[in-house]
Amino acid sequence: MKELLWLIVALPFSGALILALAGRKLSRLTCSIIGVGTVSLSAGLTILAGLDFMGNNPTGKPYLQVLWRWIDVGGLSPDIAFHLDAVSLTFIFVITFVGALIHLYSAQFMWKEDGFSRFFTYMNLFIGFMLVLVLADNLLLLYLGWEGVGLCSYLLIGFWYKNPDNGYAARKAFIVTRVGDTALAIGLFILFMTFHSLNIREILNAAPGTWGIGSGIAVAVALLLLGGAVGKSAQLPLQTWLPDAMAGPSPVSALIHAATMVTAGVYLIARTHVLFELAPIVQTTVAVIGAATLLIAGFSALNQHDIKRVLAYSTISQIGYMFLALGVGAWSAAIFHFMIHAFFKALLFLGAGAVIWVLNDEHNMFKMGGLRKKLPVVFWTFLIASGSLAALPLITAGYFSKDKIIWLAYVGDKGSVVLWLAALIGAFITALYTFRMVFLTFFGTTKAEPSARPGTGMVIPMLILAFFSFAAGYIELPENMGHVVLFSGFIEKTLPATATIHLGNSTELVFQLIAGLAAISGLFVAYKYYFNKPYPAAVPERNALQNFFFNGWDFDFVYDKMIVTPIVFLSRIDKDDFVDLFYKGLASLARALNIVLSASQNGRVRWYAMVIAIGAILTLTLIFYP
Amino acid sequence: MILIWLIILLTGSGLLAWLAGRWSNTLPRVISLVANLFLLGIVITMWLKSVPGTEGQWVSSYTHAWVPGFGIQIKLAADGLSLLMLLLTSFMGIISVLASWKEINKNVGFFHFNLMLVLAGITGVFLALDLFLLYFFWELMLIPMYFLISIWGHENKTYAATKFFLFTQASGLLMFLSILALYFIHGANTGVYTFDYEQLLGTNIAPNVAFLLMMGFVIAFTVKLSTVPLHSWLPDAHTQAPTAGSVILAALLLKTGAYGLIRFVLPLFPQASQQFAPVAMALGVISILYGAKLAFAQTDLKRLVAYISVSHMGFILLGIYAFNEMAMQGVVMQIIVHGISTGALFIIAGALSHRIHTRELAQMGGLWSKVPRMGAMGLIFVLASLGLPGLGNFVAEILILIGSFPSNQLLTILATIGLITATVYSLRIMQKVFYGVKHKEWKIADFGFREMVVMGSLTVVIIWLGLFPSPVLRLSENPVRNIIEKVNQSQTKSAQNEAATTDYMSVRRLMKEQHFNTKNKNVNTKE
Repeated sequence: MKELLWLIVALPFSGALILALAGRKLSRLTCSIIGVGTVSLSAGLTILAGLDFMGNNPTGKPYLQVLWRWIDVGGLSPDIAFHLDAVSLTFIFVITFVGALIHLYSAQFMWKEDGFSRFFTYMNLFIGFMLVLVLADNLLLLYLGWEGVGLCSYLLIGFWYKNPDNGYAARKAFIVTRVGDTALAIGLFILFMTFHSLNIREILNAAPGTWGIGSGIAVAVALLLLGGAVGKSAQLPLQTWLPDAMAGPSPVSALIHAATMVTAGVYLIARTHVLFELAPIVQTTVAVIGAATLLIAGFSALNQHDIKRVLAYSTISQIGYMFLALGVGAWSAAIFHFMIHAFFKALLFLGAGAVIWVLNDEHNMFKMGGLRKKLPVVFWTFLIASGSLAALPLITAGYFSKDKIIWLAYVGDKGSVVLWLAALIGAFITALYTFRMVFLTFFGTTKAEPSARPGTGMVIPMLILAFFSFAAGYIELPENMGHVVLFSGFIEKTLPATATIHLGNSTELVFQLIAGLAAISGLFVAYKYYFNKPYPAAVPERNALQNFFFNGWDFDFVYDKMIVTPIVFLSRIDKDDFVDLFYKGLASLARALNIVLSASQNGRVRWYAMVIAIGAILTLTLIFYP
Repeated sequence: MILIWLIILLTGSGLLAWLAGRWSNTLPRVISLVANLFLLGIVITMWLKSVPGTEGQWVSSYTHAWVPGFGIQIKLAADGLSLLMLLLTSFMGIISVLASWKEINKNVGFFHFNLMLVLAGITGVFLALDLFLLYFFWELMLIPMYFLISIWGHENKTYAATKFFLFTQASGLLMFLSILALYFIHGANTGVYTFDYEQLLGTNIAPNVAFLLMMGFVIAFTVKLSTVPLHSWLPDAHTQAPTAGSVILAALLLKTGAYGLIRFVLPLFPQASQQFAPVAMALGVISILYGAKLAFAQTDLKRLVAYISVSHMGFILLGIYAFNEMAMQGVVMQIIVHGISTGALFIIAGALSHRIHTRELAQMGGLWSKVPRMGAMGLIFVLASLGLPGLGNFVAEILILIGSFPSNQLLTILATIGLITATVYSLRIMQKVFYGVKHKEWKIADFGFREMVVMGSLTVVIIWLGLFPSPVLRLSENPVRNIIEKVNQSQTKSAQNEAATTDYMSVRRLMKEQHFNTKNKNVNTKE
């Protein structure tokens, strides 16, 4: 079945093509059948291909499918070719499976919107590009997917195009990520100059023999790739676009800005891990960026009142965990957290979307409340996902994925106490803001009556994701709790295992207890301050520090003053192009001379006689007194 | 023999169209369309019949004495590169005829006469292998274009047309001086006085003289290419020209500059080009960034698109002077895809301003719901212009950048920043025109059948070039290799000379000064 790999990618693209060409003539039902159907077929094929791949392949030998030679110029000869291995299989599984569920949800969620077919065109296009990104066997094709998903993100954030704010958010997302993309592009230039190839396998095989560990060029390349990764994955210092990206419809946030696209940076670093291992200082930077981002975003999430912005900052923070894992060399832990996060965060966005939907576009959690009884299914699924996000011990999938990262942040041979502490504080804050959100939204007095109930099309995907948010953790259990390594065993066929210092099971238990305690105390503090508390139904007042956190640590303000304002100013003052002044000056000069000379031609004989006389005198003087 | 017929076909049908314009408005349009379709047919046949591997050689050349006493010939020849240029010319010729089908209702016959004459001039430039003939065609493009702008243009057409004329004419004269000097130097060296390109290749010229002569050509070509600081004719001309004029200016006329640099400057002056390379690349980067900055500031849609051209042409200059196959192939690709994508943007801008009678962005906004087909087309070509992978422009830009990187890393990195600036100005178009709040309730029609045929074919081509660029790139592969080889051979030669010259550095300094002086002089003679 893995021979049908191309079809997994082609299906969403063909769906997008049909919808783009004929979408406006088709009924909503047909559009949703095409939109949801193609992605679901892809998901089915992915599962079949995955079983085929895992079935008779104990060593995890990658499968390569070359479709055609894309470009062939002067030694640059990338193919349109797909590379299936454990990592890309995990990613395409999440993309198509979660993608199909979100598509199904969207069919109902978007039913009444204008531009229904346009929505599914963009969504299908996104799935196609995302699959290209993770399946690409060379970096140029990866770059194609990379830019393609950025485009779809732009289109979908700005889906409700009539509001200029949405357009602004969309452009911000595209431009900020493009800054990172440009760094990535320059990285590709250096890689091609060195290896005369952009094929990922060839580069990874050749790099250790070409560059010494810590050599300047390896550091430069790793830094540039990291630049691309932080842009796409909304990490410091390019994280500012993601909270604004919440302007898009909720299913978009679930699919693109939580489950898939924003983890592309994680994929890129994992995929090119050899380059990062050659540049240890950059790998440490990855860990530090991750740790700093998870804290900064956590504090910001704590001070939001818009439920989607809480989730946006939470996504930034959770990807920070993944970066931290990558930075300490815990490759499979990063991928594991990516997968679990995709399940529970997509579910949280779908749940939030449902709440916003039934409350007629109300985003402010302080104006919600008491929805527990009105929307039981949403409440219970949301609670399961929240537990997973908060990493409540033993009963949630998020616990197993996050605890692994916290543990390896200390015990991994690139880990340290500081990184561990950051992860631990982050775990506390995560639980705190998560349950602040749960208590404000679902408990307390009812402040707004739901105007509808989410239908089955929306509920089924939420139930399925809730199951995975709870159960998917049990495929990977710590050494002292059953020691299940289904996931890491699979991933480590492609990526190296984490080197750790050995501390023994009892030490690990202490660490697990501490991490569990952090999460539970977060829950407890949230309970203390937000459970059934009579907050007024308005935007809460904030002091200066809270405001600083609320505004995402004022990164936007600084970028605005440092970059945007000067550029806009420069454009304003030089709209008419100062270079043209020179030519205009020449023209004016010519015209002025014309006026002077034509004034001398005035038809008066006396004037002419005088000029002739002066001219003659001057000439004679020049002749006789040179 | 077929080549001379191409030019006769274009000129003849132009005359015919003029004549037909006395009786009917439709007839001239049909004549131009048929002639261009015919041209495309011939060129495609030539393409299909060309033997793989021989793209580097002259196919189908035509030589006929013109003024034998002065060594002037009518010498036309095509290799793979010229063939590609002809493909572009005939394709965009069809597009511009279709795009002006309903826009031009005044003096339709004379309009098509001028249109066909410009195309004939352009075709001639792409085929001429005699420098005198080249100059002849160079001037031939100019005058009908002047009429196109000054008769059928918009509110400020006389100013724009005059500016266009002065810039092109002045710089063309510099090129003519260089051609004459080359003619006499070659004559004095060998006793053979000829304008024949192939014989003039490898003329032995003192380095500093060669540099001067080269600058004559370079200025003529970079004015056409609208390189900063010689670009300021372009925004006015593009903005004021009728749609077909803008399309031909952007898609074809600018490209004669690029073609001239590749075909004439590099092979005729390989060593001088080497010296000039850092300056040229820097000017390319300045054009990319400064053009982008100006594009971002504009409030007139056509003017904005015009500055996008300035920015994109910067990539061409950067790539040409990187002297390697990959960058040069990227340049060839950029010539084609820029023609298509910017041509498309001008058609959209033209169609829009024809409907709402303004080009001001402030008057637009929220048009997506009114004209979704136009919006979708706008989106595709805005994405092309920001270099989205999967569309042709990406292939061009990435080849230029990857190819230029080893030649000059700093400048290439700066040029790569152009990808960010391109995003900024491109998305601004979408926002100001199609998204956001409606400023007025325009009652306008969406793209109709004819317009969708035009835009649809442009879309198919730009996607095809983005995913399957190989057939096109293969056509120019050998010609490009030959030219690069010539330049690089001279480099090894000059390296040997360098070792022989004792006081090389002082010579170099002298030449730099001279170059500076000539530049000043040339700028002064501009207007």
